[in-house]
Amino acid sequence: MKWKRKDLIGLEDLTRDEIDTILDMAVSFKEISTRRVKKVPPLRGKTVVNLFFEPSTRTRTSFELAAKRLSADVLSFDVSTSSISKGETIVDTAKNIEAMKVDCFIVRHSIAGAPQIIAENVSASVINAGDGCHEHPTQALLDIFTVRERLGKIKDLKIAIIGDILHSRVARSNIWGFTKLGAYVYVCGPPTIVPSEIEKMGAELTYSLDDALEDVDVVYLLRLQKERQKENFLTSLKEYSNYYGIDEERYKKIVKNRAFIMHPGPMNRGVEIKSDIAERDRSLILEQVTNGIAVRMAVLYLTIGAR
Amino acid sequence: MGILIKKGYVIDPSTKKEGVFDILIERDKVSRIAKRIETKDIDVIDAKGMLVFPGLIDIHCHLREPGREEEETIYTGSLSAVSGGFTTICCMSNTSPPLDNKVAIRFVIDRARDALCEVLPIGAITINREGKELAPFGEMVEEGAVAFSDDGDCVMDSLVMRRALEYTKLYKKPLFSHSEDKNLSRTGVMNEGGISTKMGLSGIPYQAETIMVYRDISLARMTGGMLHLAHLSVSESVDMVRDAKRYIDNLTSEVAIHHLVLTEEDVKGYNTNAKVSPPLRTKKDITALIKGLKDGTIDCIVTDHAPHTEEEKGAGFESAPFGMIGFETAISLSMELKQKGLSLMNIISLFTTGPARVLGIDRGCIAEGKCADIVVFDPEREWIYRKEEIRSRSKNSPFIGRKMKGRVLKTICKGKVVFSLEG
Repeated sequence: MKWKRKDLIGLEDLTRDEIDTILDMAVSFKEISTRRVKKVPPLRGKTVVNLFFEPSTRTRTSFELAAKRLSADVLSFDVSTSSISKGETIVDTAKNIEAMKVDCFIVRHSIAGAPQIIAENVSASVINAGDGCHEHPTQALLDIFTVRERLGKIKDLKIAIIGDILHSRVARSNIWGFTKLGAYVYVCGPPTIVPSEIEKMGAELTYSLDDALEDVDVVYLLRLQKERQKENFLTSLKEYSNYYGIDEERYKKIVKNRAFIMHPGPMNRGVEIKSDIAERDRSLILEQVTNGIAVRMAVLYLTIGAR
Repeated sequence: MGILIKKGYVIDPSTKKEGVFDILIERDKVSRIAKRIETKDIDVIDAKGMLVFPGLIDIHCHLREPGREEEETIYTGSLSAVSGGFTTICCMSNTSPPLDNKVAIRFVIDRARDALCEVLPIGAITINREGKELAPFGEMVEEGAVAFSDDGDCVMDSLVMRRALEYTKLYKKPLFSHSEDKNLSRTGVMNEGGISTKMGLSGIPYQAETIMVYRDISLARMTGGMLHLAHLSVSESVDMVRDAKRYIDNLTSEVAIHHLVLTEEDVKGYNTNAKVSPPLRTKKDITALIKGLKDGTIDCIVTDHAPHTEEEKGAGFESAPFGMIGFETAISLSMELKQKGLSLMNIISLFTTGPARVLGIDRGCIAEGKCADIVVFDPEREWIYRKEEIRSRSKNSPFIGRKMKGRVLKTICKGKVVFSLEG
């Protein structure tokens, strides 16, 4: 199919075909990172700007490597939140940088909707690298890519997303992406951190981890921010870990189901996962990181190419 | 000297009079209403085919002066108001500093002398709108305060609210309650539900309103005080008010025009101009609110005109302030309610006799000997609200680009033409 979108804001907007197009292209890009010379020329002469209003090292690094391996020039604009408090709007900031003739913005912002507002106001491509609790589409794409690579398909798989769904943009993008490709997505966590009417996104809800692990193919653990306890979202971290953490016994169940464990990082070892389980056979956590480069190369290539 | 409005279709909810009449205005009063009036040496407004109704009253707006004049002033607010047919507007206490003492009230009354319409201030219930110490109601009433409210900051302490309601019996001025349990709404920025979940935005459950509506009604019943519930947005609130009105005489309520024509769906796309408190709700709530207007549960429609600069509204959905402007679109949007079964007479009454009754003021009618506040309105005129034509100092309207039918042609306040539509 011919790619038409200049922006990637969220997986809610994408069709099944569009998601497949990105994943298929990522397959061919993955090989580049295994070469001795990890660089190809398709984005030579293009400028990609990391516009991160919220700190991030992993996602920013992954995008930076992806852009560089496609020969784009990359610069990271350090936008401290202070420029916003000085009265400059999000759109002002982006337009200022666009005036320097850039081709693509990678935007991360603590406010939901910020990348969309920027995309509506600039002609450069905008790729959402995480906005508030809304979406983190490239994370979900790399997750789906990783599952597809390992299990050969997405349709009819059972994906269980465990943890703080309420505050997770990763969860939202994964729910959209996996359900569009025909998987069954279960969300599981204490009732305080599962948002209302989550079923309207196409996910099933359970509060019981044991139910979620039944016949599961992928156990997707979310990072739990320890500060949530202070806001009474959690009774205690220990209790959360007991009810929703992956321990030896639950790991055995995962092994028995031949299921995989995934996590978007960074992990809270000892909270959502017992310390050494992340390194065991059923964990795809480092593969996710590796695949992130290929998927982001595909997204950059397609969106910039659509302009 | 005077004005003669000829052949307009007059609608006066105070007398339920409806029909083609001539209206003679001398000085600031209506001196005659008759089938046919002929006089010489007088300005004539030909209103053939037009509606002629009383100047509108908005008992809930924000004029930002003193303190945030970059958003609006009393003068610019009045410019905006008269272009929407309003001749009496009540400005809320949440200025900076707030209207919590007699000097602040006097300041507004002084500044309002230059305004194009009547501006009546609403004083704060508590000092600094903090919900702790009662403000000096008596002194503020003497200076011209017509009601009391802490506006967006609900008085969370029920004992303070009880005391304040008791005082309304002494001064005979209603307490406007922004009924919202702020512990429950917390960081919420839109209605809680499937859409807030999809958008990743923190939700405000409807119970944040209903819990406080129930509390306020209970306290009104206990004290016998004068309670006015501001901008009801939830169907369950309407049911509670309907029930309570059976046994409480001094209870009144209002709805903001945007809660009648917009829903949470309008927030999609992170449109900060649709971010408002209480938040836009659902179709089910609109149906209940309209039912409440029809059966008298809700007494009036307000604008909750809340100007904010583009910089403030451009800060992203979660950071942007709540509120939208509303003077210039309210009456035209209200014409859409005809399709929902409200009569023209009923719609006009919700902007005239209804709010006048809430405040106990002698305005909002067209009658001989009464103040000449009159609107000439073209019911057939189709128009599109354009940003360049907004008269308010702020431009934060979700109705920009909306096509509406019916438009104010002239506004007369106290016998003077204060607005004439050009072209």
